[in-house]
Amino acid sequence: MKIALVALLAGLLFGAGLALGGMTNPAKVVAFLDVGGRWDPSLAFVMGSALLVTFPVFAWVRRAGRPLLAERFQLPTKRDLDPQLLAGAALFGIGWGIAGLCPGPAIANLAAGSPEVLLFVVAMVAGMWLRDRTAAITG
Amino acid sequence: MTVLMDTDSWLRAAGGGLLIGLAAALMIIFNGRIAGVSGALGGLLLDPVPGERRWRSLFLGGMVLGALLLTTAVTSLPPAQLQTGWLGMAAAGLIVGYGTRMGSGCTSGHGVCGIARLSPRSIVATLTFMAFGVATVFVIRHLSGAAA
Repeated sequence: MKIALVALLAGLLFGAGLALGGMTNPAKVVAFLDVGGRWDPSLAFVMGSALLVTFPVFAWVRRAGRPLLAERFQLPTKRDLDPQLLAGAALFGIGWGIAGLCPGPAIANLAAGSPEVLLFVVAMVAGMWLRDRTAAITG
Repeated sequence: MTVLMDTDSWLRAAGGGLLIGLAAALMIIFNGRIAGVSGALGGLLLDPVPGERRWRSLFLGGMVLGALLLTTAVTSLPPAQLQTGWLGMAAAGLIVGYGTRMGSGCTSGHGVCGIARLSPRSIVATLTFMAFGVATVFVIRHLSGAAA
């Protein structure tokens, strides 16, 4: 129950932060990525100030034995820089540049009720599903 | 290259980042979880683990509600302007979904949490999707002859 409430609160803060920060506006995101044109670097401050909070928190995680409500920390276990990581991140970057939406802002943007954003989210889920279906072929 | 300087959006970006950082902090400190959006969404719909459904839906649902509340409260925010049409949105969504599932994360899991964990995979992934995002916008805006 408490775990569910924390997840809800975290979601609320996350969505509010994305909207306040400008991440839910694709024009803003594309302007951030448009380093060769009229570059709007403001979104760097979103990641920068988020990291200001998460850096000390994850330093604590490395020392702490367990989280406050769950049995253990569930952290990624993969360590190697495999081709899937690089190819996946590259593909993601291409899609991000086309639409100016990454997964968090796309979800948060559902609040605005735009059918195009809904299409993006449905296509995103289809892409994830397709990845699982083709993982045997592409590795 | 022209650099746009706009104090208001810089301040809002910094404030938004603090809220996002706080959200990620709550998730790891209390629940022991990485606040990764593509992971939460993919996990919810494609890896149906009974005990994981509830927090993932509440986290994602909370994001929609949080954005709705914020945009209702702060009316001075510019409205979202889409950058591509139906076909572009469908293609981009498909690529983003495929890529984040293949690359184990997106801007939140790799960018906000992974970098803070000093994970080499996340640092490399973040640099890679940033570089490809920049290159894609460059091609669309400055090479393809499409509207700037």
